[in-house]
Amino acid sequence: MSAVVETNNLTKRYREKLAVNALNLTIEEGEVFGFLGPNGAGKTTTILMLLGLTEPTSGQVSVCGFNPTHESLEVKRRVGYLPESPGFYDDISARENLLIPEDEARRRTAQVLDQVGLPDDGRRLVKEFSRGMKQRLGIAEVLVKKPTAIILDEPTLGIDPDGAIRILELIKDLNRDHGLTVMLSSHQLQQVQDICSRVGIIVKGKLIVQGEMDTLGKAILKGRQWNFLLEVGGNTDGLERELQGIQGVDEIEKRSHGWFLRCTQDVRGEVVSVVARRQLQLLQLRSEDPTLEEIYLKYFREA
Amino acid sequence: MSVVFWKELADHFSSRRFMILLIIIVSSGLWATYATGQAIRQNTDTVPSQYAFLLLLTSSGETLFSLATFLGFFGPLVGITLGFDSISGEYARGTLSRVLSQPIYRDSLINGKFLAGLTTVAVLWGSILLLVIGLGITLLGFPPNGEELWRMLIFTTVGIFYVGFWLALATLFSLLFQKTVTAALASMAVWLFLTLFVSVFSAAVAGMIVPDASTPDAIARRSDVENVIDRISPSTLFSESVGILLNPAARVFGMALQSQAEGILPTPLALDQSLILIWPHITTMFALVAACFGISYIIFMRAEIRA
Repeated sequence: MSAVVETNNLTKRYREKLAVNALNLTIEEGEVFGFLGPNGAGKTTTILMLLGLTEPTSGQVSVCGFNPTHESLEVKRRVGYLPESPGFYDDISARENLLIPEDEARRRTAQVLDQVGLPDDGRRLVKEFSRGMKQRLGIAEVLVKKPTAIILDEPTLGIDPDGAIRILELIKDLNRDHGLTVMLSSHQLQQVQDICSRVGIIVKGKLIVQGEMDTLGKAILKGRQWNFLLEVGGNTDGLERELQGIQGVDEIEKRSHGWFLRCTQDVRGEVVSVVARRQLQLLQLRSEDPTLEEIYLKYFREA
Repeated sequence: MSVVFWKELADHFSSRRFMILLIIIVSSGLWATYATGQAIRQNTDTVPSQYAFLLLLTSSGETLFSLATFLGFFGPLVGITLGFDSISGEYARGTLSRVLSQPIYRDSLINGKFLAGLTTVAVLWGSILLLVIGLGITLLGFPPNGEELWRMLIFTTVGIFYVGFWLALATLFSLLFQKTVTAALASMAVWLFLTLFVSVFSAAVAGMIVPDASTPDAIARRSDVENVIDRISPSTLFSESVGILLNPAARVFGMALQSQAEGILPTPLALDQSLILIWPHITTMFALVAACFGISYIIFMRAEIRA
């Protein structure tokens, strides 16, 4: 696999403010990369530099093998971009909004509108569109030029859950069926966790971590390889103390419907034995990986 | 660039504010032409038929303004209307980053928009002149001669430069302020100053430079100072150009001393002589357009595009 996006000490300074600080980011071909960070962390500035819309103060950047600052047209031919709030010309139709200076692309508008679930809306004025439809139209515009990579900035922001799910499904399909490399900038950690194979977390312009979800999850466990969620019915007095006595249980956290056990080994057999001996009803015992939220908060707090 | 150009052109011709201005200008222009045409018909003994069509443009007849004066006053409004939201509107709609992420050069956007604005002005100005010619033929019963047509063609070119300046200025303000309302107000303020108040300003400055204007020489010097200051305004450049171009009998700007007028033959100036007289005006207007657009271009190319 080759890198679609590669930055080396990429820096952007607006007067006194350091928006992006020596960013070293790599996005491999065919992956769905989650770009996370709080508001003002430098996500959008990074994206704009990747597209050649903003010039870096220093550092190098390569997108699809081209330098966006000097070869922006080549980059823009290969990379589609959906801004956080994509604006459209309201008084013209959806089809007319997909302006691309190529006849072939014009012929593709019907196909991509169908692809994003707007097959019958091409002739409607954009001012009649809901926010979700506009996002889908934005993705259609991204697809019109047959990109090799797409950059999506908060694609589900302000969209109802059903609409968000449909957009995420679409992104997954584009990656799986068309092999598109996807860079997804988002605050919706659960959504990123659902579709991204790798993530990078940027805080105050600095990329504090990037890697695969599993690797990052294990890194924050610090040796605690096993996590279980236990829920039982019956008299649970003294159960927590007894669970604490099991060898390998490192930490127990009370949750609303049970306990969360952080362990250094697989203790499911011992836990079931304790539950059986106390004649309790076992409602659930399942292992839980660290969520992206845990990973994000851990690195965010450290930064 | 052609995509941006054609889209902008379609936007201009379908926008309500442009249509309102178009209706006002065309209807008022035709009314002025009609009134002047009627006056010419009734005074065929005194009006030279050689330049009757030019009179349709410059004579006010029974109306308040001549067509040329009317275009000189309202032309800037057309330019400002076409330009004040050209870039700020893209910022407001959030379309700028989306459009510029398409595989087009950044300057295609500003070039396409400006060219579409100029084309709109050219179509508007040309249409009005064709309507005037048509109405003139109906009213007077004969077509314009070759020299009249040339003078009208040059008048159209001068008009495009003139309105083009206001278009470029409004585009510049739309880049500088990035807020549509601010850009519109700033453009209107400059228009009002350069059209209405520049003569007050020039008179005041000339009065300070030449305080005692009791002799003919001093009056002429004060008038010269006033003229020089007035010519910072494109409105003055336009009205002086039109005064010479559409009135072949005119051969000086402003006032002339008796000594200067002596020996002048009472014959109309040839077209090339009129052109020599107004050439500095035309080049200055062209330079103003180029300067305003050039500054806009540089600012736009160096601008940080935000999502």
